[in-house]
Amino acid sequence: MTSENEAILNDEISTSIGAGVGVADGVQPDGGAGTATQASAKAASDVPAVKATGVHKAFGGLHVLKGIDMTVEPGTVTVILGPSGSGKSTFLRLINQLETITAGSIEINGELIGFKHVNKGGRDVLQTLNDREIGRQRAELGMVFQRFNLFPHRTALQNVMEAPVHVAKTPKAKARAEAMAQLERVGMADRANYYPMQLSGGQQQRVAIARALAMHPKIMLFDEPTSALDPELVGEVLGVMRTLADAGMTMIVVTHEIGFAREVADQVVFMDGGVVVERGSSSIIDHPAEPRFQDFLSNVL
Amino acid sequence: MCRRNGVTVYMYGGRAARLQGEGSMTRRNQSDGLDIPGRIKARPVHRPGSLVAGIIVALLALMLVDGMVTNKQFDWPIVWKYLFNEHVLNGIGWTLVLTVTSMLIAIVLAIVLAVMRKSVNAVLRGVSWFWIWFFRGTPIYTQLVFWGLFAVLVPKLTLGVPFTDIHFWQMDTAQLNKVIAPGFLAAMIGLALNESAYLAEIVRAGLEAVDPGQAEAAQALGMPHSMIMRRVVLPQAMRIIVPPTGNEVISMLKTTSLVSAVPFSLELQFATDAISHRIYKPIPLLIVACIWYLVITSVLMVVQAWLERYFGKGFNASRAADTVEGLRTDGHASFDDDVKKKAEHVGFLGLNA
Repeated sequence: MTSENEAILNDEISTSIGAGVGVADGVQPDGGAGTATQASAKAASDVPAVKATGVHKAFGGLHVLKGIDMTVEPGTVTVILGPSGSGKSTFLRLINQLETITAGSIEINGELIGFKHVNKGGRDVLQTLNDREIGRQRAELGMVFQRFNLFPHRTALQNVMEAPVHVAKTPKAKARAEAMAQLERVGMADRANYYPMQLSGGQQQRVAIARALAMHPKIMLFDEPTSALDPELVGEVLGVMRTLADAGMTMIVVTHEIGFAREVADQVVFMDGGVVVERGSSSIIDHPAEPRFQDFLSNVL
Repeated sequence: MCRRNGVTVYMYGGRAARLQGEGSMTRRNQSDGLDIPGRIKARPVHRPGSLVAGIIVALLALMLVDGMVTNKQFDWPIVWKYLFNEHVLNGIGWTLVLTVTSMLIAIVLAIVLAVMRKSVNAVLRGVSWFWIWFFRGTPIYTQLVFWGLFAVLVPKLTLGVPFTDIHFWQMDTAQLNKVIAPGFLAAMIGLALNESAYLAEIVRAGLEAVDPGQAEAAQALGMPHSMIMRRVVLPQAMRIIVPPTGNEVISMLKTTSLVSAVPFSLELQFATDAISHRIYKPIPLLIVACIWYLVITSVLMVVQAWLERYFGKGFNASRAADTVEGLRTDGHASFDDDVKKKAEHVGFLGLNA
């Protein structure tokens, strides 16, 4: 990397910090910051929220991702579609560093994740980040899982309070008030003292969304959030996600809900066999160009 | 909606049902109070098996009781005389102290060993593996004899720079033997180290049984590894760890009878043994020991049931699959109901332990 490039990279990082704060403000429970968010998102649109370049991932001998490029602008919703085994969940897990990247790079708000460049005897070397640094990078991201993964030994409210109290060290009373606000936002305030096992799948997933929001992430990742739900419970979760998108949250959603993609997505990406086959605005769902995407859509619609 | 005996019954149009119920066709069922027309009343299948088994068992029990009463060797007056003997009660005290202290040390060691075993650090993994291999691979009796001879093996304990003559502090190992009671430390350490190896495997199984999605969700929230272990994985693993650990406590209670190998001569088995040698009546004093071991075990089972209930919170529904649907569909079922259900379940478990 030349020194000129490095200078640009540093410039991008400082811009991203400013932009990041703006986006985070937009998701505060008090709301009403939607327009401000969009404005700051536009101002920072030269620094993508997520920028993946030539991402590869192999598990042992299994080559799952074969060079994914993707850019997600702040304040936009990207929906990733694709058949199972196409690597879309793996890609999401790479962004959140639940898996380690094999080749390529991912930048969040202009900052390289998982590694840092260090100078070893005049040579530029990649150094793996330690636990604390990774934790700091993850704080920008909220993740919602297919199987909810709520902590079963804690109530809905305790689930939402857990990270603010123990990771962000927010005083308990303040964390409780904020957690209640998040639960209110997903329509679960009246179930605050229920254990996850006493909630329906849709209710659990809404609590899980509130739990992720409690850390004020700048980007939300959804890994097939409705795939484990009974059909009649899908709507309530998609409704919450739609509200989030309307509030200007940057979102990457892996899903099979074509209707949601058509309505909410700013960008639709179709993946198959570990590569991006087609991408574009949500209109590509109704006018797919690639035969593989056409096949997929005719099977799911 | 009503839930009775784990069956979900929906009440549609209660009034209509009641009107019908006044007719001669239906009869109010005494057990559930529900008014269901045409409730089936049929004779159960004839099962003679339990009657036959009952008679045989009653007969055997009668023979056993008769034998225990008429056989002079049991010498019941001696049993009653020594049941609350001062030395016996002292023995119970020491047995309990040994069980509790060695178990507590073992639990702490076991958690450390189990976490080490799953560490990313290969040296820690190796140390844990070796510890478990050694203490599980040699008999507890041998280990106890060894700890009894520790003072012979290592006459002086010193704190200083290894491989030099620089000592900051030193003491005779034999003095340790006098701490609390003769042989107590050796007995406690011997029991604790042996137990830690078994418990470590139980803890490890518990840690591995927790859904990996739990750790991932915690990671995604930015928790460091140690916090994930402490606040997310261990509390859930406890639910799996507690029942076998209860067994281990009961097993430990009885293993304390082996510490005469050290020798430690104050616990229950040794105390009753000493009396029987003095009065030449071994059988009644064995019965005294048995009675007390059974009493303590019964108390421990109650404690175990209570612990299982505590660490099972939030998991109740997974155990009573039938009621889950009821809970899930309306979400209004009162929490008290679940606790009661769980309590029944736990009581049942406790008696089985």
